[in-house]
Amino acid sequence: MLPYILRRIVSTLPVMAIVALFVFSLLYIAPGDPAVVIAGDQASPEDVERIRQSLGLDRPFLIQFGSWVWRILHGDLGTSIFTNLPVSTMIGQRLGPTLSLMCVTLLLTIAVAVPLGVVAAWKAGSFIDRAIMAFAVFGFSLPVFVVGYVLAYVFALELEWLPVQGYTPLTEGFWPWLQNLILPAIALGCVYIALVARITRATMLEVLQQDYIRTARAKGMGQGGILFIHALKNAAVPIVTVIGIGIALLIGGAVVTESVFAIPGLGRLTIDAILRRDYPVIQGIVLLFSFVYVLVNLMIDVTYTLVDPRIRY
Amino acid sequence: MSEELLKIDDLHVAFSTRRGMVEAVRGVTLAVQSGEMLGLVGESGSGKSVTGFATTRLLDAAGRVIGGKILFRGQDVTKLRGDDLRQLQGAAMSMIFQNPRAALNPIRTIGLQIADAILTHKRISKEAARAEALDLLRAVQIRDPEARMSAYPHELSGGMCQRVMIAIAISCNPSLLIADEPTTGLDVTTQKVVMDLLADIAAARGMATILITHDLGLAARYCRRIAVMERGRIVEEADPRRLFSAPQHAYTRRLVAASPTATSRIEDLVTEEEREAYAAVVSKPRTEVAHGTPPLLEVRKLAKRFDQGSAAVADFSMTMAGGESVGLVGESGSGKSTTSRMICRLIDPSEGDIVFDGQSIGHIASRDFHGSPFRKDIQMVFQDPNESLNPRYSAFDCIAHPLMRLDGMRAGDALRKRVEECAQRVGLPLDLLPRFPHQLSGGQKARVGIARAIACRPRLLVLDEPTAALDVSVQAVVLQLLDRLRRENDIALLFVSHDLNVVRMLCDRTIVLRNGGIVEQGESRALFDNPKTDYTRKLVEAIPHIQTGPVLAVAL
Repeated sequence: MLPYILRRIVSTLPVMAIVALFVFSLLYIAPGDPAVVIAGDQASPEDVERIRQSLGLDRPFLIQFGSWVWRILHGDLGTSIFTNLPVSTMIGQRLGPTLSLMCVTLLLTIAVAVPLGVVAAWKAGSFIDRAIMAFAVFGFSLPVFVVGYVLAYVFALELEWLPVQGYTPLTEGFWPWLQNLILPAIALGCVYIALVARITRATMLEVLQQDYIRTARAKGMGQGGILFIHALKNAAVPIVTVIGIGIALLIGGAVVTESVFAIPGLGRLTIDAILRRDYPVIQGIVLLFSFVYVLVNLMIDVTYTLVDPRIRY
Repeated sequence: MSEELLKIDDLHVAFSTRRGMVEAVRGVTLAVQSGEMLGLVGESGSGKSVTGFATTRLLDAAGRVIGGKILFRGQDVTKLRGDDLRQLQGAAMSMIFQNPRAALNPIRTIGLQIADAILTHKRISKEAARAEALDLLRAVQIRDPEARMSAYPHELSGGMCQRVMIAIAISCNPSLLIADEPTTGLDVTTQKVVMDLLADIAAARGMATILITHDLGLAARYCRRIAVMERGRIVEEADPRRLFSAPQHAYTRRLVAASPTATSRIEDLVTEEEREAYAAVVSKPRTEVAHGTPPLLEVRKLAKRFDQGSAAVADFSMTMAGGESVGLVGESGSGKSTTSRMICRLIDPSEGDIVFDGQSIGHIASRDFHGSPFRKDIQMVFQDPNESLNPRYSAFDCIAHPLMRLDGMRAGDALRKRVEECAQRVGLPLDLLPRFPHQLSGGQKARVGIARAIACRPRLLVLDEPTAALDVSVQAVVLQLLDRLRRENDIALLFVSHDLNVVRMLCDRTIVLRNGGIVEQGESRALFDNPKTDYTRKLVEAIPHIQTGPVLAVAL
């Protein structure tokens, strides 16, 4: 098992290298000269040239890339052009809220979507099944910001059950922390729940057709045992895959959700950085997200081998 | 001395389909005594399995009992619900299935799967259930049972998987076991071992068994009483001896005739009325191969190794003359399919050479062989007619495709004529040509597969278990067709099969393979009548024959 994980980690290195190259090239692909931006409107051409030299922008591409990678490997993501703070510090400050939001959404999704899908497959064709699938279509079609504002209006402004917006760190208590995350997590999770519920249902339907399910019935096992012991684990591989792919969805959705609920997370930082053309920050964030995504894929692959003994490592 | 355990009374089962309700079982009445083994025999679609599933209440959601009673110990099974039903299933009556590997959960250890069955019905600890599961594995004679407890189904052979299924089925000492085609798909020697085990266990535990099978020979060997089903009804019920020596019903007569025996010839596989038409073809003498002509196919020291492992095939040599038919037999894993695929040039040999019509073709990479002029000459027919036809190709497209690819024909009248001619040669009605595979029966699909293979007028046809998935009556027709094609068109046949009765009839010569090497070869009839090696003798003895002599059924 351990050699397999190590081998998988090694195999992610080329992917990370290509991602790094791409992220670095952003500086050159994107329109606008960062040196001009930083220097501001009143700067003379000499000022711009000085800034360019201090940033190393005048050196050859590969040398710039090499030294950039070297610095990253030492944990230095550069300095923000706008705030002059180290990028790693800025990301570190914003990581907590985004991570909290994503984790809560992920747990909420798994807790809601998988049982919904299982029940829909079990009762396939019935009213319950159709209701769940109608809900899934609904959840799929609504944009995050619409769901977000409706939820905030109903549960925060009208009913006053939950705060409208903002974020409280976990260090100030579990409930205050969760309270602020419930509505954003529901808004962000809607699409995700719909997706996972649908996949769970489809996969379960297929598994329930298999001969070994009939064997389980022949043993006289109850419905619960059949669904959860024999069927769900066999359906796990596609479900885990979609949950993993969904994390990419969450990263995109988090940017919007954080704006709607005024959560000071990475999503907000991303938007701000893009608007300010703060390239080091953009690079740092994209690199981080890519890294998370590669890591998630690695975890999915490892999960496969845990679930299915036929997948050899 | 024996009481009535199960009584099925005028059972009707219907399935709801897109075209409305279809009745699969139409008035079955059947009784099973305690401890007896009853054979339920019929071809696909006869309703034999549906009867079994209705009895154990495992019908698909689309199927429903719409009439009749199934009395098990006097209790009507069809009326049971919920917990009452589950107390019966797996405890008082249990079932084993065709394709044991699919019937086991692929990601659960077999120890747990056996324990599941025990824990469902007995209030005992997990450790105790595990101990019982281990005892059951011993009872079904699995080697090294402790280690196998934590094995997964894919790590076991098909025969082993079926033993595990038997262990699950007998775990709660049922009084009735329904075995639905328990050995279909296993090779003959495994079939014999598994069936012997099942018969012994049933006898030792006094368990009544219903053996559902399409194989009359198998039912005859193990059952004292056989019920023959056709289109949802039981048409005849008798002891095997009477059934074979004096079948009453026309369908039974056809079924008995179509079942190959140790002495039957291809022309015997039909009832006497149908025989005359075929006699004309058989009487046509085969063109004798002039002495000294080079063989059509010569295989020299062929070997195949997969992934540096041990050889799947080693040192395999053979020759075949034009128009000759050669059988390749052996248990699964003996390398017969690998060999046939190498000769077809679908996979590359690791060593050795293949010479076809005087020219070496062994060195042409299999991925390039489609461009070789010999691709036309060597064609194949595959095992499963359902799986080997493209579901989106009509029968016409299927037959036309090789003509367009290999003969360079274009769509048009000429192509249409050629396709129709091929269809006629294999006896496929022309109005079936626009149909897609799912609209054809198994026998019709087999004919499409053969028509496709002979479309380009090959000189060598390699057939990999072409009748294994077919009913005996369809098999009889396909075998006659192949024999006729060989006689009429001088096509050489390389016939890969585990069914020795079929090989004996169809093939002039037979090669017996074991673990990738040739064990024995010779003229078919002589080889099977006087096997020289123990392995061949074991193979021959394992074939269940229809006995017109004394009944072999296990004494109870």
